[in-house]
Amino acid sequence: MRPVKDKQFIHLTVNGETYDVPVKPKDTLLDILRDKLGLTGTKEGCDTGKCGACTVLVDGQAVRSCLTLAISVRGRIITTIEGLVEDKELHPLQQAFIEHGALQCGYCTPGMIMTARAFLDENPTPTEEEIKEAISGNICRCTGYSSIVEAIQAAAKQIANEAHS
Amino acid sequence: MRDFVYFEPKTISEAASLLARYKDEAKVIAGGTDLLVDMKHDRLQPKYLINIKAIPGLDYINFDSEGLRIGALATIRALEKSAELQQKYPIISQTAHHFGSIAIRNVATIGGNLCHAVPSADTAPGLIGLSASARIMGNDGDRVVPLDYFFTGSGKTVLKTGELLVEIQVPPMPANTRGVYLKYAIRSKSDLPVVGVAVVATMEPKQGLCRDIKIALGNVAPTPIRACFAEEVIRGQQVTPALIEKCAQAAADEAHPRPGSIRASPEYKKAMVKVFTRKALEEVLA
Repeated sequence: MRPVKDKQFIHLTVNGETYDVPVKPKDTLLDILRDKLGLTGTKEGCDTGKCGACTVLVDGQAVRSCLTLAISVRGRIITTIEGLVEDKELHPLQQAFIEHGALQCGYCTPGMIMTARAFLDENPTPTEEEIKEAISGNICRCTGYSSIVEAIQAAAKQIANEAHS
Repeated sequence: MRDFVYFEPKTISEAASLLARYKDEAKVIAGGTDLLVDMKHDRLQPKYLINIKAIPGLDYINFDSEGLRIGALATIRALEKSAELQQKYPIISQTAHHFGSIAIRNVATIGGNLCHAVPSADTAPGLIGLSASARIMGNDGDRVVPLDYFFTGSGKTVLKTGELLVEIQVPPMPANTRGVYLKYAIRSKSDLPVVGVAVVATMEPKQGLCRDIKIALGNVAPTPIRACFAEEVIRGQQVTPALIEKCAQAAADEAHPRPGSIRASPEYKKAMVKVFTRKALEEVLA
């Protein structure tokens, strides 16, 4: 088994596109997304896994990109906030956050939406309590959370309606 | 974060060889949710990082006649979500449910939580209460250590150079046995505990007699500890409110939290051990 000492090129699949990126072992996924791929929707907050601003999906699961070594997610499917738009249409969660004013400064929003996205995939009809619990690892210092919970509830309904129509 | 040389072994023996070769200069990474934070803050500066997450087949949750076996790489989320675990060992899945955020639980592993060995590790008290053991492998063979004896200090375990924790073994829960892990955390149940209390007790249902009990405490000593004197208060006895009170007090007396903890003073922690031991006893002995 070969050690990785310096920069090496790895394949990363982000939002459906495959990139060949030079990565040092210590580079986090967050570093690579923002600095190498220019996907600055994903935010750096606490840089220690507590605030949730850097949340992205790896193989559909929410993870902290600040606590993920990029080299360890070679070949996995990565989705960031930029990947939620389909055919230039906002994802129902993005639309609902706008309609419910579920953001003020907006810094936590990408992480919040990615957490909600993974959560709704797993639990499409959540209760208010379940939503609060699901986003408990995403800190928002502006909204007081009510509008965020409402937006996620509304998005869940919208997604269910789209599935039925 | 300092630069390091990165390895991704595909077998336990490859990982053990790397650990034996690089000794104190190497660190094992699995989920990385604790380790990377320590590395970012330069509290740890390994020259070699050995990522064991790519070793296949080490994330199982298996049940057989000897009880439960959990692969060291099983994620906290997998423990939380396992329907069989929820049914057979609810104390483990409930503990997992109140462990950090979903995004942390998705990658953090049971082995990582135990090997990181912080006094506040949430998974330890419940597993100690269940009489769990750690299976350890190195290139000189493997051994099984009761979890009571796995922790040797804050951040320290019995793991020797070149050894890896590979499995947690939990015996079957006897009939009429219940267990609960309660923690006092400041903001939400998902926070690290100020104190954590696990009680696993076997009752003689008709007589209200406590046949056996284990009480384990988290974050009140350099390692998770058993409250053995508190257990003796209630083991083999008819359970009464007065006895529960006496047992809770004994547990508080056995806690020896260090001064200067960021979460609470020693006095407060001891007081909370009493409160949460009482609550846990009331829950499982009811």
